[in-house]
Amino acid sequence: MCDAEKKTTQKTPRVATGDRAILPEGAKTIPVYIMGKRYDVPETLTIMKAMEFAGFKFLRGAGCRGGICGACPTVYRMAGDYKLHFGLACQTVVEADMYLAQIPFFPANRASYKIDEIGAAAEAIHALYPELFRCVACNLCTKACPMDVDVLGYISALKQGNIKKAAELSFDCIQCGLCASRCMGEIPQYHIAQLARRVYGRYIQPRAEHLQTRVKEIESGKYDAMLQELSAMGREELEKCYVEREREPDLSTLGTWQPKETQYL
Amino acid sequence: MKISYYPGCTLKTKAGNLETAALASLLALGIEVEEIDRWNCCGAVFSLTADDLIHQVGPVRNLIRAKEQGANKLVTLCSMCYNTLARANLIMKNDPVKRDTINRFMDDEIDYAGEVEVVHLLTFLDQEVGWERIREMVKVPLEGLRIAPYYGCTLQRPADVGIEPFGSFSLMTRLFESLGATVMPFAAADKCCGSYQILNGEDGAQSTAATILKSAAEAGAEALATSCPLCEYNLGKQQGKLLENGLIGTTVPTYYFTQLLAIALGVAPESCRFDLNDGAALDLLKNKNCLVAA
Amino acid sequence: MTLTITDQTITLKSFEKLKELSGENVKLCMQCATCSGMCPMTAEMDHSPRKVMHLAQFGLFDKLSASNTFWKCASCHACTVKCPRGIDIAKVMEALRQQVLRKSKNYIEPSALPAERIVELPQIALVAGFRKLTS
Repeated sequence: MCDAEKKTTQKTPRVATGDRAILPEGAKTIPVYIMGKRYDVPETLTIMKAMEFAGFKFLRGAGCRGGICGACPTVYRMAGDYKLHFGLACQTVVEADMYLAQIPFFPANRASYKIDEIGAAAEAIHALYPELFRCVACNLCTKACPMDVDVLGYISALKQGNIKKAAELSFDCIQCGLCASRCMGEIPQYHIAQLARRVYGRYIQPRAEHLQTRVKEIESGKYDAMLQELSAMGREELEKCYVEREREPDLSTLGTWQPKETQYL
Repeated sequence: MKISYYPGCTLKTKAGNLETAALASLLALGIEVEEIDRWNCCGAVFSLTADDLIHQVGPVRNLIRAKEQGANKLVTLCSMCYNTLARANLIMKNDPVKRDTINRFMDDEIDYAGEVEVVHLLTFLDQEVGWERIREMVKVPLEGLRIAPYYGCTLQRPADVGIEPFGSFSLMTRLFESLGATVMPFAAADKCCGSYQILNGEDGAQSTAATILKSAAEAGAEALATSCPLCEYNLGKQQGKLLENGLIGTTVPTYYFTQLLAIALGVAPESCRFDLNDGAALDLLKNKNCLVAA
Repeated sequence: MTLTITDQTITLKSFEKLKELSGENVKLCMQCATCSGMCPMTAEMDHSPRKVMHLAQFGLFDKLSASNTFWKCASCHACTVKCPRGIDIAKVMEALRQQVLRKSKNYIEPSALPAERIVELPQIALVAGFRKLTS
């Protein structure tokens, strides 16, 4: 789009169009290309809504519509530019002259394993995914990630045997698979990262001891009597208990607060 | 003195002994080491095809990391990393067309034109520390240890990145002499260990490894020193198998050159990760009374 | 070895491709066999490096493509540094490998490597092997 056109676009007031088929007055449409064909869609819509506006119906490739399930990865390019862009259809607002392609699924090798048997060594991950060593550090994976994950960073970390770093770097991954779609080493990055996080959680991350203590207490029946007491209460009494409950003040110094009622501790 | 350092993947796991011993030695020599940030795999082998630039991107990315940190030199330990980084650097320095293409492709990085010099630790010790200084710093001379300096391929070949001319082994020789050891030159010091051919059926790599080990033993060496984790795997970790298959008659313990340096500088053996060597390696040093108490 | 040379066996296109990929002129080779003497893997090869150079000189690519020589090459450059004609023979071997690999044909299959082997091998062995032997 040329600069002059851009200015006129910005002068027009933006009107929320939702997914109404008949547009309110003042709503501006822009051209986008879905699978190569031009559609004029309201400029305020996300790619997903714009496609639905254009008449497409998502049977697959749409999930939470909240940017977290990873079902709607989209590749797009702006007319006149070589650069590929990547985003989630449910999160990315359409722009004029976008060429869109949905990649709801991309075939990627997924190894099967028993998490309780593989152990905490990075070599176990290497054995399940030897293709990891076909990485050439081209960084196309990182460029493709709609979540800004440092994909090359976690792949490098795994080659270096650093599961903790890989788990931390890949934490925001939503398993959309765009990284794998761009990989010249044919590596299923997101599956490997998921395995790294699982190994990290199962073997490396420190256990929360207080949680284990509490679980044991619950299992030993320590709180059964209290629960029965609450179960026996009527609604009004229960509400009163809730409203009058003692509560640790926000931002109180750790370990300084004690409830007045101590019989349940 | 402060140096920028590129470790390489294997040095973070199976060749942890190559790295920890080097870091302990440099500390003992009063040299501060800064590992570059966000480094990736060097690619291990240099791509030899004229039109293949994508495989140069990995090593160049590491050189860019060093440049970003303001380094003018990047020190490496692993022979393969050294070779791959140094050769990619030559392209960026000397080939304007390839440099331009690679820089354009890496539109997510700053431009690079060979500003960083890739240096192997042996060269660094020679040029920046000096053998005399090392000799003075030795606390436990490796007296009576007959060591064969093994270079393999990537330290010397090809000529434009070799740390010294093909056929010359003076850097390791002067290092071990400075440490008080007896250097045993041997005919197979620059023979290839079989390298990645270990993936392609064991026979080839086993026979090359056996040739090298036999040559070292025949020259009277008690042990062999290397700077490459793949050489160490083919020559060291595979020795049991070679012996079992009758390909060699005696074992020759293998060390990384950094481990011998560290031990001579009085570093505790625990800091040299001998647990990653064959047991015979530590025993030999014990027999030579070369170990300081932890 | 008898070489049958006809217009059917010689493929000029492949010859040009080899030159383009390797940047080397195999016709400079004088068949002294220093490469074969230097090569640590000769025993594993069906044709010695010298023979491969010979086949390449005559453009006999059908024969070359059936050879295991360039798959057994460890890229150690022992041949290159000693070639009296200054040919970078390692580059010729790489060009021959690449002509196959670029058609998406693997010489070894990473997924077929035994897990216990991968666990044991240093990372540089896997990276290097996959670079040289997979597409």
